[in-house]
Amino acid sequence: MSALSLRGVEKVFNPGSDQEVRAVHGVDLSVERGEFISVIGPSGCGKSTLLRLIGDLTPPSSGTVLVNGKTPAKARLDRDYGMVFQSATLLEWRRVQANVELPLEIMGMDAAERSRQAAAMLELVQLDRFANHYPWQLSGGMQQRVAIARALVFKPSILLMDEPFGALDEMTRERMQSELLRIRAETGTTVVFVTHSIPEAVFLSTRVVIMSPRPGTITEVVDIDLPEPRSDETREDQHFFELLTGVREGLRAVEDS
Amino acid sequence: MTYRAEFLRRLYFRLPAIGIFVGGLIVWEGLVRAFDIKGFILPAPTAIATTFATETADLLTAGVGTFSTALAGLLLGGLLAVLTALAAARWRFVRDGALPFAIAANSTPIIVLAPIANSWFGLRSPFGSIFVVAILVFFPVMINLVRGLLSVDASEIELMDSYAAGRRTTLWKLQFPHSTPYLFSALKVAAALSLIGAIVKEFFGGSQERLGQYITTKAGLLQFEEAWAAIVLASLFGIALYNIVVLIERRVIPWHVSVRNA
Amino acid sequence: MSPNARRLLSFLGILAVLVAVWEGYKWMGTATGGVWPGTGIDLPVRTNERSMPHTWDIIIALLRPARRGGDMLLLVLLKAALFTWRSALLGFVLGSAVGFGLGVLFVRSALAERGLMPHVVASQTVPILAIAPILVVWAGRLNVTRWLVVAVVSAYLAFFPVAINTLRGLRSPDATASELMRSYAATPNQVLWKLQVPAALPYLFPALKIAATASIIGAIVGELPASMPDGLGRAILNFAAAFSAAPEKLFASILVASLVGIGFVGIVVLAERILIPPSRRLEDVGEAAGPRGRALKEVVA
Repeated sequence: MSALSLRGVEKVFNPGSDQEVRAVHGVDLSVERGEFISVIGPSGCGKSTLLRLIGDLTPPSSGTVLVNGKTPAKARLDRDYGMVFQSATLLEWRRVQANVELPLEIMGMDAAERSRQAAAMLELVQLDRFANHYPWQLSGGMQQRVAIARALVFKPSILLMDEPFGALDEMTRERMQSELLRIRAETGTTVVFVTHSIPEAVFLSTRVVIMSPRPGTITEVVDIDLPEPRSDETREDQHFFELLTGVREGLRAVEDS
Repeated sequence: MTYRAEFLRRLYFRLPAIGIFVGGLIVWEGLVRAFDIKGFILPAPTAIATTFATETADLLTAGVGTFSTALAGLLLGGLLAVLTALAAARWRFVRDGALPFAIAANSTPIIVLAPIANSWFGLRSPFGSIFVVAILVFFPVMINLVRGLLSVDASEIELMDSYAAGRRTTLWKLQFPHSTPYLFSALKVAAALSLIGAIVKEFFGGSQERLGQYITTKAGLLQFEEAWAAIVLASLFGIALYNIVVLIERRVIPWHVSVRNA
Repeated sequence: MSPNARRLLSFLGILAVLVAVWEGYKWMGTATGGVWPGTGIDLPVRTNERSMPHTWDIIIALLRPARRGGDMLLLVLLKAALFTWRSALLGFVLGSAVGFGLGVLFVRSALAERGLMPHVVASQTVPILAIAPILVVWAGRLNVTRWLVVAVVSAYLAFFPVAINTLRGLRSPDATASELMRSYAATPNQVLWKLQVPAALPYLFPALKIAATASIIGAIVGELPASMPDGLGRAILNFAAAFSAAPEKLFASILVASLVGIGFVGIVVLAERILIPPSRRLEDVGEAAGPRGRALKEVVA
C-alpha cells in the first residue's frame, strides 16, 4: 500500500460561475512510504491546492485521494498529517515548549508524557535551550524549526510542507534544508514539499514533480538519484548541476507551452 | 448579477434578522394579550403603533427637534475632533499633552455635564444640548482618528521620504487617507451616541418639545404608550443617523475592506 | 527625560492651560462686563460666580462640610460614589459576561450572527434612561431591590463593546492557525479554548475599558429615575437643584464622578498590565509602540 495515491484528481473553484478556476486537473501520483516528493511549478499552478487536497483542507471536485489507503478525512481524524506552512504560525501566548506540546494536548496525552516528548523533539531540532522562550524572541529560522518540531511531535505518517523556507534568507534556507534531511533520516517520515526553488527541490527530494499552470497538471516527474546522505558537498556535485538543468528545462517547457 | 438577483441575495442574508424581529414582536404581542399585562408595565406593539398614528404631530415635532440638536452637536464635536487630531498628529507636544488628557476625559461619565450646560446656556436654549453632544462626541472621535493617523507603516513613511515629501504632504497624502476608516468607525459610534446624549441631556431639563422631556412627562402621567412610542422613534432616528454615516462611508472609502463586501 | 516623565509634564501643562483659560475667560468677562473686548457681543457663557466659580473654590468646597455641622463634602461624595460603584461593578461583570457570551455565540454560528447582530447594534440606539422608569416599575412588581435595576441599566451599556471586540478577537487568528487545528482534528471546543479565546484576550481589554466607563454612566443615569437616595446620580441632581446657592458643589460632585470613572478604568488597565505581556498588548495611542511608532517619532517629532 502506498503512502499516498492520487487518481484523476480535479479541483474547480466557483464551478459554473464566470469566476470559474480549474486549479488542479487530472493529477495521478503515487508516493511510497519514506519518499520525499517536491512539487514545483510557476506561481498559480495549483501546487498549494494540491497539498490542501491531500491534507483534507479542501475537497476534490472529482477523482480520488487515498492516504495510507484511507480517505483524507479519515487520515486527518487518525492524525496522519503533520503540517508546516510558509509562516511558522506559532501561538504567541505559548512558550516554545508549550507550542510543541499543543498537538499532544489536543490529542489528550497526559502532561508528563507530553512534556517528555516535546522536550525530545526540541532536542532533535536543536532548540532545547530555547524551550522557555516566547516565539517573538526567536529568529525566523528558529521559529520554523519549532514549527517542524510541532508537526513531527505526534509522529504523523506524512509531513505536508507548503514553502516552509520561502520567507528565509538563502543562508538560513540551506542550513534548514540540511537540518530537515537529518530530521527525516531519524524519523523516516514521508514528505510532500511544495516549493518554487529548483535547488531546494533537487537537494531534498527523491522525486521532483513539475506542474504547469491553468489548468494545474503534472507534466513531468524527475527522479533524483543523488547519493544519501546528502551534504553541502552534494550542492557542488556535477550530477547535482545536471539534475538542476533537467528540472529547469522541464519548467521552461511548461512556461513556453 | 442582475438587480433582482442582488436584491434577493441581500434579502436572504437579512432573513434571520427580519425573522427574529417579526417573531419577537409576535411573542411580545401574544404575551401582553395572554397574560393581560397592563399598559403601564408593558404596552403591546399594536398599542404603541396606534399611539404613533394618533400622536404623529407631537412625536415628530419632538423627534425632529432632538434629532437636529444631536446632528448639530455631532457635526460640531466631529469637526473640533478632526482639527485637534490633525494637530496631535503633526506636533508631538500636542500629542503628549492632549492624548492622556483625552483618554482620561473619555473615561469619565461626560453626561454629568448636562446640569452645567443648563445653567450656562439656559434651560430652553438649544446650545446646551449641542454643547453636551459635541463634548460627548469629541473624545472618542479624536482618539480614534489620532490612532488612525499614527498607524501608518514605517515603510510607507519611508516611501514618502524617498519622494522628498514634506511633513504636510505626508499628512495629507498618506496619513489622512489611511486614517479615514478609523474616522468612520468612530463616527458610526458617535452617531448613536449623539442622539442618546441629546435625550439624556433633555432629561435634566429643557424644552417640552423634545424627546427627552416628552418621555419624562408622559411617563410621569403614566401614559406609557406615548413614552414607548417616543422611545421607538428615538431608536429609529438613531438608526437613521448611523446609516447616514454608513452611506457617506461607502462613498468616501469604497476601497476599504470593511466596505468592499458590504 | 523619560517618556513617562515627559508625558506627565505635558499632561500637567495642558491642565494648567485649561485652568488658565477658565480663569482668564472669567477675568476677561468680569473686566468687560460680559462682552467680547472692544465689541458689544455677549460672551457665550456668563462669567459670574454662579456660572463659573473659581477653580480653587471648587477644590475648597470639597474640603468643607457638605451641610452645616455635617461630614466633609468629599467624604459625602465618596460614600455616594462607592454606592454607585457597587451597581456599576455588578453591571460591568454582568454586561461583560453577556458580551463575551454573544461573541462566542457569533463566532460559532453565522446564523446567530446574522439574526442577532443587527439587533445588538440597534440596541445601542435605544435611550436606556427612558426605559429605566419602566424597569423600576417592573422591579417593584417583582420585589427586586432597586440597585439591581441600576445594575441592569449599567450592564445594558457595558455589554456592547465587549461583544463587538470579543468577536473581533476570536476571529483574529490567521487562517493557517485554524488549518493547523483542523489538521490535529481538534474539536470546536478545543479550537475555542486553545486558539480563539487566548487570541481574543488582547482585544478584550480595550473593550473592558470602554465597558468600565459605560457601566459608571449607566449606574449614574440609572439612579435618576430609580430615585435612589444614596448614589452619585442623586447627589448631582440635588446639587444641580441647589445650583444658584452653591454652584461649586455641583462642579465638585462632577469632578468626583469623573475621578470614579478614571479610577475604574485604571483598575482595568492594571489588570491588563498584569495579565497581558507587553508584546501582546494592543497599541494604545499615546504610547506609540513598535516600528510604526518609531518611524513616526522621526517624522513628527
